[in-house]
Amino acid sequence: MLALIAGVALLPLALANNYHYEIAILVGLNAIVCVGLNLLIGYAGQISLGHAGFFGIGAYGSAILTARYGWPPLAALVAASAAAAALAFAVGRPILRLRGHYLAMATLGLGIIISIVVATEDRYTGGPDGMSVPPLALAGFTLAGERAWYWLVGALLVATVWLSLNLIESPVGRALRALHGSEVAAEVSGIDSARHKLLAFALSAAIAALAGALTAHYAGFITPGKVTFLHSIELVVMVVFGGMASTFGAVVGAAVLTALPQLLTVFKEYEMVVFGSVMMLTMIFMPRGLVPTIAALAARRRKAP
Amino acid sequence: MSLLRAEGLSKEFGGVRAIDALDFEIQPGAVFSIIGPNGAGKTTLLNILTGIYRPSAGRLWLDDRLLAARAPHEFAAAGIGRTFQNLQIFFNMSALENVMAGRHLHERCTLAAALLRAPRLVRAERACRSRAAELLAFVGLDAYERSAADALPYGALKRLEIARALAAEPRLLLLDEPAAGLNPSEIREIDGLIQRISGLGITVVLVEHNMKLVMGVSQRVLVLDYGRKLAEGNTETVRNNPRVIEAYLGAGEH
Repeated sequence: MLALIAGVALLPLALANNYHYEIAILVGLNAIVCVGLNLLIGYAGQISLGHAGFFGIGAYGSAILTARYGWPPLAALVAASAAAAALAFAVGRPILRLRGHYLAMATLGLGIIISIVVATEDRYTGGPDGMSVPPLALAGFTLAGERAWYWLVGALLVATVWLSLNLIESPVGRALRALHGSEVAAEVSGIDSARHKLLAFALSAAIAALAGALTAHYAGFITPGKVTFLHSIELVVMVVFGGMASTFGAVVGAAVLTALPQLLTVFKEYEMVVFGSVMMLTMIFMPRGLVPTIAALAARRRKAP
Repeated sequence: MSLLRAEGLSKEFGGVRAIDALDFEIQPGAVFSIIGPNGAGKTTLLNILTGIYRPSAGRLWLDDRLLAARAPHEFAAAGIGRTFQNLQIFFNMSALENVMAGRHLHERCTLAAALLRAPRLVRAERACRSRAAELLAFVGLDAYERSAADALPYGALKRLEIARALAAEPRLLLLDEPAAGLNPSEIREIDGLIQRISGLGITVVLVEHNMKLVMGVSQRVLVLDYGRKLAEGNTETVRNNPRVIEAYLGAGEH
Protein backbone atom coordinates (compact mmCIF):
# COMPACT_ATOMS: atom_id res chain seq x y z
CA MET A 1 0.00 0.00 0.00
CA LEU A 2 2.77 2.41 0.99
CA ALA A 3 4.65 1.42 -2.15
CA LEU A 4 1.63 2.39 -4.23
CA ILE A 5 1.25 5.76 -2.48
CA ALA A 6 4.96 6.43 -2.91
CA GLY A 7 4.75 5.36 -6.54
CA VAL A 8 1.86 7.71 -7.26
CA ALA A 9 3.56 10.55 -5.36
CA LEU A 10 6.98 10.13 -6.96
CA LEU A 11 5.98 9.24 -10.50
CA PRO A 12 5.64 12.90 -11.62
CA LEU A 13 9.43 13.21 -11.21
CA ALA A 14 9.76 10.85 -14.16
CA LEU A 15 7.01 12.44 -16.23
CA ALA A 16 8.69 14.92 -18.57
CA ASN A 17 5.76 16.22 -20.59
CA ASN A 18 1.99 16.26 -20.98
CA TYR A 19 2.09 13.15 -23.13
CA HIS A 20 3.72 11.23 -20.29
CA TYR A 21 1.10 12.58 -17.91
CA GLU A 22 -1.64 11.52 -20.27
CA ILE A 23 -0.36 7.95 -20.30
CA ALA A 24 -0.04 7.93 -16.51
CA ILE A 25 -3.65 9.12 -16.20
CA LEU A 26 -4.88 6.43 -18.60
CA VAL A 27 -2.91 3.84 -16.63
CA GLY A 28 -4.56 5.05 -13.44
CA LEU A 29 -8.06 4.95 -14.90
CA ASN A 30 -7.54 1.46 -16.31
CA ALA A 31 -6.02 0.35 -13.02
CA ILE A 32 -9.15 1.50 -11.17
CA VAL A 33 -11.32 -0.62 -13.48
CA CYS A 34 -8.98 -3.60 -13.07
CA VAL A 35 -8.88 -3.43 -9.27
CA GLY A 36 -12.69 -3.61 -9.32
CA LEU A 37 -12.79 -6.32 -11.97
CA ASN A 38 -10.23 -8.32 -10.01
CA LEU A 39 -12.68 -8.55 -7.11
CA LEU A 40 -15.00 -10.38 -9.48
CA ILE A 41 -12.54 -12.42 -11.55
CA GLY A 42 -9.59 -12.91 -9.24
CA TYR A 43 -11.31 -13.21 -5.87
CA ALA A 44 -14.87 -14.38 -6.51
CA GLY A 45 -13.72 -16.46 -9.49
CA GLN A 46 -16.46 -15.26 -11.86
CA ILE A 47 -15.57 -14.20 -15.39
CA SER A 48 -16.99 -11.12 -17.09
CA LEU A 49 -16.37 -10.37 -20.75
CA GLY A 50 -18.73 -7.41 -20.65
CA HIS A 51 -17.14 -4.87 -18.37
CA ALA A 52 -16.43 -2.42 -21.18
CA GLY A 53 -20.22 -2.18 -21.29
CA PHE A 54 -20.33 -0.88 -17.72
CA PHE A 55 -17.37 1.37 -18.49
CA GLY A 56 -19.44 2.67 -21.42
CA ILE A 57 -22.54 3.23 -19.30
CA GLY A 58 -20.43 5.37 -16.98
CA ALA A 59 -18.80 7.27 -19.84
CA TYR A 60 -21.90 7.84 -21.95
CA GLY A 61 -24.24 8.18 -18.97
CA SER A 62 -22.18 10.98 -17.49
CA ALA A 63 -21.57 12.53 -20.92
CA ILE A 64 -25.25 12.57 -21.90
CA LEU A 65 -26.44 13.88 -18.53
CA THR A 66 -23.96 16.76 -18.56
CA ALA A 67 -23.93 17.62 -22.28
CA ARG A 68 -27.60 17.09 -23.13
CA TYR A 69 -29.38 17.70 -19.84
CA GLY A 70 -27.05 20.17 -18.16
CA TRP A 71 -26.47 18.11 -15.03
CA PRO A 72 -23.52 19.08 -12.85
CA PRO A 73 -20.69 16.64 -13.79
CA LEU A 74 -20.25 15.26 -10.28
CA ALA A 75 -23.95 14.37 -9.97
CA ALA A 76 -23.92 12.87 -13.47
CA LEU A 77 -20.88 10.78 -12.61
CA VAL A 78 -22.49 9.38 -9.47
CA ALA A 79 -25.79 8.75 -11.24
CA ALA A 80 -24.10 6.93 -14.12
CA SER A 81 -22.15 4.70 -11.72
CA ALA A 82 -25.31 3.94 -9.78
CA ALA A 83 -27.10 3.10 -13.03
CA ALA A 84 -24.33 0.66 -13.99
CA ALA A 85 -24.53 -0.99 -10.56
CA ALA A 86 -28.33 -1.23 -10.86
CA LEU A 87 -28.09 -2.81 -14.30
CA ALA A 88 -25.43 -5.24 -13.07
CA PHE A 89 -27.68 -6.12 -10.16
CA ALA A 90 -30.71 -6.74 -12.37
CA VAL A 91 -28.85 -8.69 -15.06
CA GLY A 92 -26.53 -10.43 -12.63
CA ARG A 93 -29.32 -12.20 -10.80
CA PRO A 94 -30.10 -14.58 -13.67
CA ILE A 95 -26.72 -14.77 -15.42
CA LEU A 96 -24.51 -15.33 -12.37
CA ARG A 97 -26.20 -18.70 -11.96
CA LEU A 98 -24.23 -19.71 -15.02
CA ARG A 99 -20.70 -20.98 -14.72
CA GLY A 100 -17.50 -20.98 -16.72
CA HIS A 101 -17.97 -20.70 -20.48
CA TYR A 102 -21.69 -20.03 -20.13
CA LEU A 103 -21.15 -17.07 -17.83
CA ALA A 104 -18.48 -15.80 -20.25
CA MET A 105 -20.99 -16.02 -23.11
CA ALA A 106 -23.74 -14.25 -21.15
CA THR A 107 -21.53 -11.36 -20.04
CA LEU A 108 -20.12 -11.14 -23.56
CA GLY A 109 -23.68 -10.79 -24.87
CA LEU A 110 -24.45 -8.09 -22.30
CA GLY A 111 -21.37 -6.11 -23.35
CA ILE A 112 -22.24 -6.42 -27.03
CA ILE A 113 -25.82 -5.24 -26.45
CA ILE A 114 -24.59 -2.15 -24.61
CA SER A 115 -22.06 -1.43 -27.34
CA ILE A 116 -24.74 -1.74 -30.07
CA VAL A 117 -27.07 0.58 -28.17
CA VAL A 118 -24.28 3.15 -27.85
CA ALA A 119 -23.42 2.93 -31.54
CA THR A 120 -27.00 3.16 -32.83
CA GLU A 121 -28.76 5.58 -30.46
CA ASP A 122 -27.04 8.47 -32.21
CA ARG A 123 -29.60 11.03 -31.07
CA TYR A 124 -28.13 10.71 -27.60
CA THR A 125 -24.68 9.27 -28.10
CA GLY A 126 -23.63 10.78 -31.41
CA GLY A 127 -23.37 7.27 -32.83
CA PRO A 128 -20.05 6.09 -34.30
CA ASP A 129 -18.81 9.69 -34.49
CA GLY A 130 -18.81 9.97 -30.72
CA MET A 131 -19.75 13.01 -28.69
CA SER A 132 -17.92 15.73 -26.82
CA VAL A 133 -18.10 15.81 -23.05
CA PRO A 134 -17.95 18.86 -20.78
CA PRO A 135 -14.98 19.02 -18.39
CA LEU A 136 -15.26 17.99 -14.77
CA ALA A 137 -16.27 20.95 -12.63
CA LEU A 138 -17.43 21.52 -9.11
CA ALA A 139 -18.91 24.76 -7.79
CA GLY A 140 -17.52 26.85 -10.62
CA PHE A 141 -14.02 25.36 -10.38
CA THR A 142 -13.08 23.43 -13.50
CA LEU A 143 -10.59 20.61 -13.35
CA ALA A 144 -8.22 21.21 -16.22
CA GLY A 145 -4.68 20.36 -17.09
CA GLU A 146 -2.81 17.09 -17.03
CA ARG A 147 -1.28 17.68 -13.62
CA ALA A 148 -4.56 18.30 -11.81
CA TRP A 149 -6.05 15.21 -13.43
CA TYR A 150 -3.00 13.17 -12.51
CA TRP A 151 -3.48 13.93 -8.82
CA LEU A 152 -7.21 13.28 -8.93
CA VAL A 153 -6.81 9.89 -10.65
CA GLY A 154 -3.83 9.00 -8.46
CA ALA A 155 -5.82 9.74 -5.30
CA LEU A 156 -8.81 7.75 -6.58
CA LEU A 157 -6.58 4.81 -7.48
CA VAL A 158 -5.07 4.78 -3.99
CA ALA A 159 -8.57 4.98 -2.51
CA THR A 160 -9.85 2.15 -4.71
CA VAL A 161 -6.91 -0.08 -3.79
CA TRP A 162 -7.41 0.71 -0.10
CA LEU A 163 -11.14 -0.12 -0.26
CA SER A 164 -10.43 -3.29 -2.22
CA LEU A 165 -7.79 -4.50 0.25
CA ASN A 166 -10.17 -3.79 3.14
CA LEU A 167 -12.94 -5.73 1.45
CA ILE A 168 -10.75 -8.76 0.75
CA GLU A 169 -9.67 -8.99 4.38
CA SER A 170 -13.25 -8.72 5.66
CA PRO A 171 -15.90 -11.42 6.14
CA VAL A 172 -17.37 -10.36 2.78
CA GLY A 173 -14.02 -10.82 1.03
CA ARG A 174 -13.50 -14.16 2.72
CA ALA A 175 -16.92 -15.25 1.48
CA LEU A 176 -15.94 -14.26 -2.08
CA ARG A 177 -12.67 -16.15 -1.90
CA ALA A 178 -14.42 -19.13 -0.31
CA LEU A 179 -16.99 -19.48 -3.08
CA HIS A 180 -14.12 -19.31 -5.56
CA GLY A 181 -12.31 -22.10 -3.71
CA SER A 182 -15.36 -24.35 -3.39
CA GLU A 183 -18.86 -23.08 -3.97
CA VAL A 184 -20.52 -26.09 -2.33
CA ALA A 185 -18.32 -25.83 0.77
CA ALA A 186 -19.02 -22.08 0.96
CA GLU A 187 -22.77 -22.76 0.81
CA VAL A 188 -22.74 -25.40 3.56
CA SER A 189 -20.71 -22.96 5.66
CA GLY A 190 -23.68 -20.62 5.45
CA ILE A 191 -22.40 -18.32 2.70
CA ASP A 192 -25.12 -17.13 0.32
CA SER A 193 -23.04 -17.57 -2.83
CA ALA A 194 -25.58 -16.01 -5.21
CA ARG A 195 -25.78 -12.86 -3.10
CA HIS A 196 -22.02 -12.51 -2.82
CA LYS A 197 -21.42 -13.05 -6.54
CA LEU A 198 -24.03 -10.39 -7.28
CA LEU A 199 -22.36 -8.04 -4.84
CA ALA A 200 -18.95 -8.45 -6.51
CA PHE A 201 -20.52 -8.08 -9.95
CA ALA A 202 -22.41 -4.88 -9.08
CA LEU A 203 -19.46 -3.37 -7.21
CA SER A 204 -17.03 -4.03 -10.06
CA ALA A 205 -19.59 -2.61 -12.52
CA ALA A 206 -19.95 0.58 -10.47
CA ILE A 207 -16.17 1.00 -10.30
CA ALA A 208 -15.83 0.42 -14.06
CA ALA A 209 -18.58 3.00 -14.68
CA LEU A 210 -16.89 5.53 -12.41
CA ALA A 211 -13.62 5.14 -14.30
CA GLY A 212 -15.56 5.34 -17.57
CA ALA A 213 -17.19 8.61 -16.56
CA LEU A 214 -13.84 10.06 -15.50
CA THR A 215 -12.27 8.95 -18.77
CA ALA A 216 -15.01 10.72 -20.72
CA HIS A 217 -14.66 13.97 -18.77
CA TYR A 218 -10.88 13.83 -18.95
CA ALA A 219 -10.68 13.19 -22.68
CA GLY A 220 -13.51 15.64 -23.41
CA PHE A 221 -14.65 13.29 -26.14
CA ILE A 222 -15.97 9.77 -26.19
CA THR A 223 -16.42 7.26 -29.02
CA PRO A 224 -17.99 3.77 -29.04
CA GLY A 225 -14.48 2.30 -29.38
CA LYS A 226 -14.14 2.23 -25.58
CA VAL A 227 -17.35 0.23 -25.20
CA THR A 228 -16.46 -2.62 -27.54
CA PHE A 229 -15.94 -6.28 -26.88
CA LEU A 230 -12.25 -5.72 -27.56
CA HIS A 231 -11.96 -3.32 -24.64
CA SER A 232 -13.67 -5.87 -22.37
CA ILE A 233 -11.06 -8.42 -23.38
CA GLU A 234 -8.27 -5.90 -22.76
CA LEU A 235 -9.54 -5.35 -19.22
CA VAL A 236 -9.66 -9.08 -18.49
CA VAL A 237 -6.18 -9.51 -19.97
CA MET A 238 -4.84 -6.77 -17.69
CA VAL A 239 -6.22 -8.59 -14.63
CA VAL A 240 -4.91 -12.01 -15.72
CA PHE A 241 -1.54 -10.64 -16.84
CA GLY A 242 -0.95 -8.76 -13.57
CA GLY A 243 -2.09 -11.71 -11.51
CA MET A 244 -5.52 -12.89 -10.50
CA ALA A 245 -6.47 -12.46 -6.83
CA SER A 246 -3.77 -9.81 -6.43
CA THR A 247 -4.93 -6.22 -6.07
CA PHE A 248 -1.47 -4.86 -6.87
CA GLY A 249 -1.29 -7.32 -9.75
CA ALA A 250 -4.32 -5.61 -11.26
CA VAL A 251 -2.57 -2.24 -10.95
CA VAL A 252 0.65 -3.57 -12.49
CA GLY A 253 -1.26 -5.38 -15.25
CA ALA A 254 -3.11 -2.20 -16.16
CA ALA A 255 0.14 -0.21 -16.08
CA VAL A 256 2.10 -2.61 -18.27
CA LEU A 257 -0.65 -3.22 -20.81
CA THR A 258 -1.53 0.47 -21.10
CA ALA A 259 2.04 1.69 -21.35
CA LEU A 260 3.54 -1.18 -23.35
CA PRO A 261 1.80 -0.38 -26.66
CA GLN A 262 3.16 3.18 -26.37
CA LEU A 263 6.70 1.85 -25.96
CA LEU A 264 6.26 -0.71 -28.70
CA THR A 265 5.48 1.92 -31.33
CA VAL A 266 9.17 1.69 -32.24
CA PHE A 267 8.34 -1.67 -33.83
CA LYS A 268 5.97 0.12 -36.23
CA GLU A 269 3.70 -2.36 -38.02
CA TYR A 270 5.08 -5.27 -35.97
CA GLU A 271 3.85 -3.62 -32.78
CA MET A 272 0.93 -6.00 -32.22
CA VAL A 273 3.08 -9.04 -33.04
CA VAL A 274 5.58 -8.09 -30.36
CA PHE A 275 2.75 -7.23 -27.96
CA GLY A 276 1.13 -10.62 -28.51
CA SER A 277 4.45 -12.40 -28.05
CA VAL A 278 5.06 -10.64 -24.73
CA MET A 279 1.61 -11.76 -23.59
CA MET A 280 2.13 -15.37 -24.65
CA LEU A 281 5.57 -15.66 -23.08
CA THR A 282 4.32 -14.15 -19.83
CA MET A 283 1.44 -16.59 -19.61
CA ILE A 284 3.67 -19.57 -20.49
CA PHE A 285 6.36 -18.75 -17.94
CA MET A 286 4.21 -16.97 -15.34
CA PRO A 287 0.80 -18.60 -15.53
CA ARG A 288 -0.21 -17.09 -12.20
CA GLY A 289 0.45 -13.60 -13.50
CA LEU A 290 3.22 -11.09 -12.99
CA VAL A 291 2.87 -9.99 -9.37
CA PRO A 292 2.08 -13.37 -7.68
CA THR A 293 4.97 -15.03 -9.55
CA ILE A 294 7.46 -12.35 -8.57
CA ALA A 295 6.15 -12.32 -4.98
CA ALA A 296 6.59 -16.10 -4.72
CA LEU A 297 10.08 -15.82 -6.18
CA ALA A 298 11.02 -13.11 -3.68
CA ALA A 299 9.65 -15.19 -0.79
CA ARG A 300 11.75 -18.18 -1.88
CA ARG A 301 14.87 -16.00 -2.15
CA ARG A 302 14.32 -14.71 1.35
CA LYS A 303 14.01 -18.25 2.69
CA ALA A 304 16.95 -19.70 0.77
CA PRO A 305 20.03 -18.15 2.51
CA MET B 1 -38.24 -35.00 20.91
CA SER B 2 -35.92 -35.68 18.00
CA LEU B 3 -33.38 -33.26 16.61
CA LEU B 4 -33.91 -34.35 13.02
CA ARG B 5 -36.67 -36.49 11.61
CA ALA B 6 -37.06 -37.68 8.03
CA GLU B 7 -40.33 -39.00 6.68
CA GLY B 8 -40.76 -40.75 3.34
CA LEU B 9 -37.55 -39.27 2.01
CA SER B 10 -36.88 -40.20 -1.64
CA LYS B 11 -34.50 -39.04 -4.32
CA GLU B 12 -34.62 -40.17 -7.92
CA PHE B 13 -31.98 -39.63 -10.56
CA GLY B 14 -33.54 -40.32 -13.95
CA GLY B 15 -35.58 -43.27 -12.77
CA VAL B 16 -32.97 -44.63 -10.37
CA ARG B 17 -34.07 -44.39 -6.76
CA ALA B 18 -30.96 -43.44 -4.82
CA ILE B 19 -33.01 -42.92 -1.69
CA ASP B 20 -36.29 -44.78 -1.40
CA ALA B 21 -39.01 -43.81 1.09
CA LEU B 22 -36.68 -43.49 4.04
CA ASP B 23 -37.86 -42.77 7.60
CA PHE B 24 -35.52 -42.16 10.51
CA GLU B 25 -35.06 -40.04 13.59
CA ILE B 26 -31.89 -38.63 15.09
CA GLN B 27 -31.93 -37.96 18.83
CA PRO B 28 -30.00 -34.97 20.15
CA GLY B 29 -26.58 -35.69 21.61
CA ALA B 30 -26.09 -39.02 19.91
CA VAL B 31 -23.50 -40.22 17.43
CA PHE B 32 -25.69 -41.57 14.65
CA SER B 33 -23.90 -43.61 12.00
CA ILE B 34 -25.07 -44.39 8.51
CA ILE B 35 -23.44 -47.41 6.90
CA GLY B 36 -24.04 -49.45 3.79
CA PRO B 37 -22.23 -50.78 0.74
CA ASN B 38 -20.94 -48.41 -1.94
CA GLY B 39 -23.84 -46.89 -3.85
CA ALA B 40 -26.27 -47.47 -0.99
CA GLY B 41 -27.21 -43.80 -1.01
CA LYS B 42 -25.29 -42.55 2.01
CA THR B 43 -23.76 -39.47 0.40
CA THR B 44 -27.01 -38.77 -1.46
CA LEU B 45 -28.73 -38.73 1.93
CA LEU B 46 -26.17 -36.27 3.34
CA ASN B 47 -26.65 -34.09 0.27
CA ILE B 48 -30.40 -34.01 0.93
CA LEU B 49 -29.83 -33.21 4.62
CA THR B 50 -27.68 -30.20 3.66
CA GLY B 51 -29.86 -28.88 0.85
CA ILE B 52 -27.46 -29.72 -1.97
CA TYR B 53 -30.11 -32.05 -3.42
CA ARG B 54 -33.80 -31.41 -3.17
CA PRO B 55 -35.65 -34.62 -2.32
CA SER B 56 -38.09 -35.95 -4.91
CA ALA B 57 -40.49 -36.69 -2.07
CA GLY B 58 -40.61 -36.63 1.69
CA ARG B 59 -40.15 -34.14 4.47
CA LEU B 60 -37.60 -33.14 7.07
CA TRP B 61 -38.29 -31.90 10.57
CA LEU B 62 -35.77 -30.10 12.72
CA ASP B 63 -36.82 -29.86 16.40
CA ASP B 64 -40.23 -31.17 15.34
CA ARG B 65 -40.66 -28.18 13.06
CA LEU B 66 -40.88 -28.64 9.32
CA LEU B 67 -37.55 -27.58 7.84
CA ALA B 68 -38.32 -24.72 5.47
CA ALA B 69 -34.74 -24.22 4.26
CA ARG B 70 -34.23 -24.33 0.49
CA ALA B 71 -30.66 -23.39 -0.41
CA PRO B 72 -27.69 -25.10 1.29
CA HIS B 73 -26.75 -21.89 3.12
CA GLU B 74 -30.19 -21.89 4.72
CA PHE B 75 -29.64 -25.44 5.96
CA ALA B 76 -26.36 -24.21 7.44
CA ALA B 77 -28.17 -21.31 9.11
CA ALA B 78 -30.66 -23.80 10.57
CA GLY B 79 -27.71 -25.43 12.35
CA ILE B 80 -26.65 -28.27 10.05
CA GLY B 81 -22.94 -28.46 9.18
CA ARG B 82 -20.98 -31.03 7.22
CA THR B 83 -17.69 -32.22 5.82
CA PHE B 84 -17.12 -33.84 2.44
CA GLN B 85 -15.89 -37.26 1.42
CA ASN B 86 -13.89 -35.80 -1.47
CA LEU B 87 -12.31 -32.79 0.18
CA GLN B 88 -13.84 -29.37 -0.45
CA ILE B 89 -11.14 -27.13 0.99
CA PHE B 90 -10.74 -23.47 0.06
CA PHE B 91 -7.28 -24.06 -1.39
CA ASN B 92 -6.92 -20.37 -2.27
CA MET B 93 -6.80 -19.47 1.42
CA SER B 94 -4.73 -20.23 4.50
CA ALA B 95 -5.69 -22.97 6.96
CA LEU B 96 -6.77 -20.34 9.47
CA GLU B 97 -8.82 -18.43 6.89
CA ASN B 98 -10.64 -21.66 5.95
CA VAL B 99 -11.87 -21.88 9.53
CA MET B 100 -12.59 -18.13 9.67
CA ALA B 101 -14.76 -18.50 6.56
CA GLY B 102 -16.64 -21.19 8.47
CA ARG B 103 -17.67 -18.52 10.98
CA HIS B 104 -19.53 -16.58 8.29
CA LEU B 105 -22.95 -17.13 9.90
CA HIS B 106 -21.80 -15.49 13.12
CA GLU B 107 -20.39 -12.36 11.56
CA ARG B 108 -22.43 -9.30 10.87
CA CYS B 109 -20.73 -7.18 8.29
CA THR B 110 -22.21 -4.65 5.91
CA LEU B 111 -20.52 -3.83 2.63
CA ALA B 112 -19.78 -0.29 3.84
CA ALA B 113 -18.16 -1.54 7.04
CA ALA B 114 -16.10 -4.03 5.02
CA LEU B 115 -14.90 -1.39 2.55
CA LEU B 116 -14.05 1.20 5.21
CA ARG B 117 -12.60 -1.24 7.73
CA ALA B 118 -14.89 -0.02 10.51
CA PRO B 119 -13.37 -0.20 14.03
CA ARG B 120 -16.16 -2.52 15.16
CA LEU B 121 -15.27 -4.86 12.31
CA VAL B 122 -11.59 -4.81 13.24
CA ARG B 123 -12.48 -5.99 16.75
CA ALA B 124 -14.84 -8.64 15.39
CA GLU B 125 -12.12 -9.88 13.03
CA ARG B 126 -9.69 -10.24 15.90
CA ALA B 127 -12.25 -12.30 17.84
CA CYS B 128 -12.97 -14.39 14.74
CA ARG B 129 -9.28 -15.04 14.22
CA SER B 130 -8.69 -16.19 17.79
CA ARG B 131 -11.80 -18.39 17.73
CA ALA B 132 -10.58 -19.99 14.48
CA ALA B 133 -7.15 -20.57 16.04
CA GLU B 134 -8.83 -22.29 19.01
CA LEU B 135 -10.71 -24.57 16.67
CA LEU B 136 -7.53 -25.46 14.78
CA ALA B 137 -6.00 -26.40 18.13
CA PHE B 138 -9.14 -28.38 19.01
CA VAL B 139 -8.72 -30.61 15.93
CA GLY B 140 -4.96 -30.78 16.51
CA LEU B 141 -3.81 -28.51 13.71
CA ASP B 142 -2.30 -25.65 15.72
CA ALA B 143 1.02 -26.25 13.97
CA TYR B 144 -0.57 -25.26 10.64
CA GLU B 145 -2.11 -21.97 11.77
CA ARG B 146 0.00 -19.94 9.36
CA SER B 147 0.15 -22.45 6.52
CA ALA B 148 -1.54 -22.14 3.18
CA ALA B 149 -4.28 -24.75 2.94
CA ASP B 150 -2.65 -26.42 -0.07
CA ALA B 151 0.48 -27.07 1.99
CA LEU B 152 -1.34 -29.38 4.43
CA PRO B 153 -1.10 -33.18 4.18
CA TYR B 154 -4.23 -35.19 3.39
CA GLY B 155 -4.94 -36.29 6.95
CA ALA B 156 -4.71 -32.71 8.20
CA LEU B 157 -7.11 -31.49 5.49
CA LYS B 158 -9.71 -33.97 6.75
CA ARG B 159 -9.47 -32.37 10.18
CA LEU B 160 -9.38 -28.87 8.70
CA GLU B 161 -12.81 -29.55 7.19
CA ILE B 162 -14.08 -30.60 10.61
CA ALA B 163 -12.70 -27.41 12.18
CA ARG B 164 -14.35 -25.31 9.47
CA ALA B 165 -17.69 -27.05 10.02
CA LEU B 166 -17.40 -26.59 13.80
CA ALA B 167 -16.73 -22.87 13.30
CA ALA B 168 -20.34 -22.41 12.24
CA GLU B 169 -21.38 -23.81 15.64
CA PRO B 170 -23.74 -26.42 14.18
CA ARG B 171 -26.13 -28.45 16.30
CA LEU B 172 -25.96 -31.31 13.85
CA LEU B 173 -22.62 -32.17 12.25
CA LEU B 174 -22.56 -34.56 9.29
CA LEU B 175 -19.20 -36.24 8.68
CA ASP B 176 -18.88 -37.93 5.30
CA GLU B 177 -16.21 -40.65 5.58
CA PRO B 178 -13.81 -38.73 7.85
CA ALA B 179 -11.49 -41.76 8.11
CA ALA B 180 -11.31 -42.64 4.42
CA GLY B 181 -7.70 -42.77 3.24
CA LEU B 182 -6.22 -42.33 6.72
CA ASN B 183 -3.69 -44.61 8.43
CA PRO B 184 -4.56 -46.43 11.70
CA SER B 185 -3.03 -43.80 13.99
CA GLU B 186 -4.83 -40.99 12.15
CA ILE B 187 -8.07 -42.97 12.43
CA ARG B 188 -7.57 -43.21 16.20
CA GLU B 189 -7.22 -39.42 16.28
CA ILE B 190 -10.45 -39.00 14.32
CA ASP B 191 -12.14 -41.43 16.72
CA GLY B 192 -11.05 -39.31 19.69
CA LEU B 193 -12.05 -36.12 17.88
CA ILE B 194 -15.58 -37.41 17.18
CA GLN B 195 -15.97 -38.25 20.86
CA ARG B 196 -14.77 -34.81 21.90
CA ILE B 197 -17.20 -33.17 19.44
CA SER B 198 -20.00 -35.30 20.83
CA GLY B 199 -18.86 -34.24 24.31
CA LEU B 200 -19.52 -30.61 23.32
CA GLY B 201 -23.18 -31.51 22.90
CA ILE B 202 -23.08 -31.53 19.12
CA THR B 203 -25.07 -34.31 17.51
CA VAL B 204 -22.88 -36.17 15.03
CA VAL B 205 -24.02 -38.06 11.95
CA LEU B 206 -21.22 -40.30 10.74
CA VAL B 207 -21.07 -41.88 7.30
CA GLU B 208 -18.16 -44.30 7.36
CA HIS B 209 -16.86 -47.58 5.95
CA ASN B 210 -14.46 -48.30 8.81
CA MET B 211 -16.52 -50.65 10.98
CA LYS B 212 -14.17 -50.48 13.95
CA LEU B 213 -14.62 -46.72 14.11
CA VAL B 214 -18.40 -46.91 13.58
CA MET B 215 -18.97 -49.63 16.18
CA GLY B 216 -16.75 -47.82 18.68
CA VAL B 217 -18.30 -44.33 18.64
CA SER B 218 -21.94 -44.76 17.59
CA GLN B 219 -24.98 -44.94 19.81
CA ARG B 220 -27.21 -45.74 16.88
CA VAL B 221 -26.60 -47.14 13.41
CA LEU B 222 -28.71 -46.94 10.27
CA VAL B 223 -27.90 -49.46 7.57
CA LEU B 224 -28.78 -48.51 4.00
CA ASP B 225 -28.92 -50.77 0.98
CA TYR B 226 -30.11 -49.57 -2.43
CA GLY B 227 -31.50 -46.44 -0.81
CA ARG B 228 -33.70 -48.38 1.59
CA LYS B 229 -33.40 -48.96 5.30
CA LEU B 230 -31.98 -52.43 5.87
CA ALA B 231 -31.73 -52.16 9.63
CA GLU B 232 -31.56 -49.63 12.42
CA GLY B 233 -30.66 -49.88 16.06
CA ASN B 234 -27.75 -49.83 18.46
CA THR B 235 -24.40 -51.27 17.41
CA GLU B 236 -25.15 -54.66 19.01
CA THR B 237 -28.45 -55.25 17.19
CA VAL B 238 -27.06 -54.10 13.87
CA ARG B 239 -23.96 -56.23 14.20
CA ASN B 240 -26.06 -59.34 14.84
CA ASN B 241 -28.74 -58.63 12.24
CA PRO B 242 -28.56 -61.47 9.68
CA ARG B 243 -29.66 -59.25 6.80
CA VAL B 244 -26.88 -56.78 7.57
CA ILE B 245 -24.31 -59.57 7.78
CA GLU B 246 -25.49 -60.91 4.45
CA ALA B 247 -25.74 -57.61 2.56
CA TYR B 248 -22.79 -55.78 3.95
CA LEU B 249 -20.57 -57.21 6.61
CA GLY B 250 -20.49 -60.61 4.95
CA ALA B 251 -19.57 -59.10 1.61
CA GLY B 252 -15.89 -59.31 2.53
CA GLU B 253 -15.62 -55.92 4.24
CA HIS B 254 -14.70 -57.17 7.69
